[in-house]
Amino acid sequence: MARIGVFVCHCGENIGRTVDCHGVAEACKDVPGVVHSVDYKYMCSDPGQQMVKNAIAEKGLTGVVVAACSPHMHEKTFRRATAGAGLNPFLCEMANVREHCSWIHEDREKATVKAVDITKTIIEKVKRNVPLNTIRIPVTRRALVIGGGIAGIQAALDIADGGREVILVEKGPSIGGHMSQLSETFPTLDCSQCILTPRMVEVYQHPRIKLYAYSEVESVEGYIGNFKVTVRRKARSVDEDKCNGCGACTQVCPNKKIPSEFDCGLGKRTAIYVPFPQAVPNLPTVDRNKCLLFMNRAKGRPDTCKKCADACAKGAIDFDQQDRLVTEDVGAIVVATGYQLYTIGKDQPKDNLKGYGEYGYGTIPDVIDGLQFERLASASGPTSGKILRPSDGKEPKRIVFLQCIGSRDPQKGMEYCSKICCMYVAKHTMLYHHKVHDGQATVFYMDIRAAGKGYEEFSRRAIEEEGAQYIRGRVSRMWREGDVIKILGFDTLEGEPIEMDADMVVLATAMRPQPGIDALAQKLSVSYDQHGFINEAHPKLRPVETNTAGIFVAGACQAPRDIPDAVAMASATASKVLGLFANEMLEREPTVACVNEANCAGCFHCERVCAYGAVEHKDIKDRAGNVVRVIAYVNPGVCQGCGTCQATCPSKSVELQGFTDEQIWGEIQALGV
Amino acid sequence: MKIGYFPGCSLHGLSREYEESLKAIVAGLDTELVEVDDWSCCGASSAHGSSHLLGVALPARNLAIAEEQGLPEVLAPCAACYARLASARHEISEDPQLAGRVNNVLVRDFKNTVRVRSILEVLKGQIAGIKARATNPLKDLKVACYYGCLLVRPVQVTGGYDDPEDPSSMEDICKAAGAVPVKWNRRLDCCGGGLSMSRTGSVVRLSAAILKDAKAAGADAVVVACPMCHSNLDFRQKAMKHRGAWEGDMPVLFLTQVVGMSMGIDPKTLGMGRHFVSTDSVLARTAGTGSGSGTGTNSAAAVAGEVG
Amino acid sequence: MDATTPAVAGGFEPRITAFVCNWCTYTGADLAGTSRLQMASNVRIIRLPCTGRIDPMFITKAFERGADGIIVSGCHPADCHYNAGNYHARRRFAIFRELMDFLGVDTGRITFSWVSASEGGKWRDVVNDAVTRVRALGPFTDYRKLVVDPVATATGVVPPEHVGKEVPA
Repeated sequence: MARIGVFVCHCGENIGRTVDCHGVAEACKDVPGVVHSVDYKYMCSDPGQQMVKNAIAEKGLTGVVVAACSPHMHEKTFRRATAGAGLNPFLCEMANVREHCSWIHEDREKATVKAVDITKTIIEKVKRNVPLNTIRIPVTRRALVIGGGIAGIQAALDIADGGREVILVEKGPSIGGHMSQLSETFPTLDCSQCILTPRMVEVYQHPRIKLYAYSEVESVEGYIGNFKVTVRRKARSVDEDKCNGCGACTQVCPNKKIPSEFDCGLGKRTAIYVPFPQAVPNLPTVDRNKCLLFMNRAKGRPDTCKKCADACAKGAIDFDQQDRLVTEDVGAIVVATGYQLYTIGKDQPKDNLKGYGEYGYGTIPDVIDGLQFERLASASGPTSGKILRPSDGKEPKRIVFLQCIGSRDPQKGMEYCSKICCMYVAKHTMLYHHKVHDGQATVFYMDIRAAGKGYEEFSRRAIEEEGAQYIRGRVSRMWREGDVIKILGFDTLEGEPIEMDADMVVLATAMRPQPGIDALAQKLSVSYDQHGFINEAHPKLRPVETNTAGIFVAGACQAPRDIPDAVAMASATASKVLGLFANEMLEREPTVACVNEANCAGCFHCERVCAYGAVEHKDIKDRAGNVVRVIAYVNPGVCQGCGTCQATCPSKSVELQGFTDEQIWGEIQALGV
Repeated sequence: MKIGYFPGCSLHGLSREYEESLKAIVAGLDTELVEVDDWSCCGASSAHGSSHLLGVALPARNLAIAEEQGLPEVLAPCAACYARLASARHEISEDPQLAGRVNNVLVRDFKNTVRVRSILEVLKGQIAGIKARATNPLKDLKVACYYGCLLVRPVQVTGGYDDPEDPSSMEDICKAAGAVPVKWNRRLDCCGGGLSMSRTGSVVRLSAAILKDAKAAGADAVVVACPMCHSNLDFRQKAMKHRGAWEGDMPVLFLTQVVGMSMGIDPKTLGMGRHFVSTDSVLARTAGTGSGSGTGTNSAAAVAGEVG
Repeated sequence: MDATTPAVAGGFEPRITAFVCNWCTYTGADLAGTSRLQMASNVRIIRLPCTGRIDPMFITKAFERGADGIIVSGCHPADCHYNAGNYHARRRFAIFRELMDFLGVDTGRITFSWVSASEGGKWRDVVNDAVTRVRALGPFTDYRKLVVDPVATATGVVPPEHVGKEVPA
């Protein structure tokens, strides 16, 4: 038989003014199972909490009901007090007679009747409460970071410096990401390579970072603290242990005309290549789609060219290398896969995106995108830092930048602002001005969004000191006449159409998440928005967590980000990961679903409605070890406690601890006539 | 296939050859045009500038009649009519209050169910048929497809049947007819539109730029799907020459005439003789149809002479 | 007058049971309290983690136990604390509402709404609207008669899950 104690709080005048608190305590005395019912001025005060503790000890209470404020306010306080008196804290519940009663009603009689109802409801619930124990899950204190751009590098270094092991997986042959392609960075104009490459080397040499470059995440199983990740280590055709990075192989490769991805097609590379001189790891990779040997093999012809293998003194070239799968146990995952640029041209990779046929990108060689300009401006780029036109190698004297290409255009399928373009276009005009002194840079813009430390000053400098001409308006069409690009646009401030000539045009294209982000998100069971950006758990208060516990997000795979933002996010994820790894065991509220194994028929409706993938299949075996039934099992590490499974279960075989059917029935009955 | 047909004033007046050629080709494409009963002015170029309600109610009246006739869709070959009818449909569907006001004015229970089609949209759907019936393909005829401002824009009104800034449907149709569309730059520029009379200077300047660009791209003819564009580009070539803005003769054809020529329809039926700039050079390229060309040229010259 | 019965002076006062989610509507109702928004006192809230947890049986049970009206309220679509619980609830209640209609329950007695944690004012309006509507519909006795009626109880028409359980007098 239940022995419930009821404690009615006056909250000073807050409850007492409109509710007869003593009357409520008296009315509850008549409820079967209530053995103690009192009222007090301030239940949350020390003496108030002591009253609860004393009553538990003296009256042998099996449940505590505190009729006071919202449980969001003081449930933790009273559960702590209950636990302090040796009673399971989950046997204490709060009846909300302040926010839901005394504060919203003036009629004292009606409010008192309602307060009695509210308290009785919770009494009936507590009668059916059972002791619950905090769930403790072991934590594997190693982290996986996906993506080796600046965000991934920062997250990996911060976690590793915090004393935990990190696996860093990078899809490409080298870490560094887009930042390694940039010339100089806004708003300080410091050299991107100069600040990035030491960090890349640090990653490579860090004793607690295991770098898997040229690798991809194949599959992810498990849950917070206990993920099992399979990584596909793609075949480089180069033995990493033997290769010393001398580069002899790349010099002899006969196929030298392959557009370099790192130089955005403006430079060339060989079929066996190191993407850029500062690459980490500094290992060549054979591009099997472009290598003569592999192209011959694909056609069933014998191997002909083996020049790279002949040139290698270490015998590191291995044409028969296969992809390898390695499995790693980790406790947390940081997703930092970064961005790609919108494709501009008429053919688009996704149905919901539309391109700009009218700008002639792809047909006019001197119409390029922002990253291509970065490569032209970069000292290590294909032109050694000279701004030269791709078509004829001449220095452009009139250069035009167009902002918001794709961004902020619902017609093109991207209504969001790509955030970095206003700043990098301002930077481009300055870089151009520094390199082509007699040139004129013109920018077509919609708005200048320069929110950030030193950003507004930077963009003003571009206009006021560095001579960039800013025109508010859009360009409707561009075409080539001779070697001149004709531009047709509209100046919305003057209200006049503009026709101008340019030698080169740079399009500031929208940022989009990396291709394949949806497949990765599905492997990780994290959600993503209609553009493919990973969803954060809460836009304000949980910006680097995802909805899946133990998986965090950093950088431009979550939304367009500049370098400082991406680095700040990465450090935030690292602090979250290190916080998670602070203890060997992870503690969780026991409000999770639990399957009644005797009743479960194994229909797995629960599995289909679970947003977290918490429902697993469990084999029930007989003594001989034969599987006789397969039933549902809720992984308490993954379950978040929404209870959708319970409302869905046809045989009522899964129950949410703390909100069982019996408890809710009890509450409904308490409200009965 | 049966489709409603809204000729508008131009196709019964200035651009009679547009209607003649349209009617000639739809017969070959197994399409029947059902003219909207008692149709009235769509309000183009003047109504929406003077009264918003009038600008919507005039086209809505015609759509309401089409609705009563049980026509699910209406073809408006004139680009201006198309723009007015489609805009009215769009505005009424977006604004229930306006819908109420329009119904009050019309004294009809207009439900806005009629879809408005442009000539490009209709012919684009018949590309296979055009290809199949192209008995007299216009080999090597280089055409500059001119869209102007209203045929594919704005996308909210057109429903996006073609890219509003980089369209391709007219080129696709011309290709199906066997012609060779050229790549050129001014295919979406303004021809001067309704300013032909009031600001002839502007029209001459704008239209001449279009013709020059088409010529520079190597076009033998400019193809249009709008009576206003046709008048500015064809009839105004004389004024362009007077003002020193343009030299030479550039035949300007309706898209329907191009399709009709590919089907081997006699030039007279297609109204090829009604143009101010001779179409002889074009007709000479299509074997076996030269006989009709002489008459066409003469009559065109005669008309031009009268106007001049 | 029984202390558990709302005041009846001045005519019929409906009893309304509200099933709300912990994260949006319960917090929104808390906000209505901290904002001191005055509203009808006829609604009794039962807190659940998520609208996805709400079994349609709760509603029939509440009617059976004497509720004259029901409110179900949770997070707005796309705002669910648990990603998708409210979507499951929405589907479930779209069907359940039709069933209730078919069974002869005036659907005006059942209110579904989305009230976010910042919508204290909306919660007040949902409460007041539901009370006004149900007050006009009058008491709902069809289901109550089946169970709570002493005769019915004596004849053994007691749901099996009640047997052996404490039922408040």
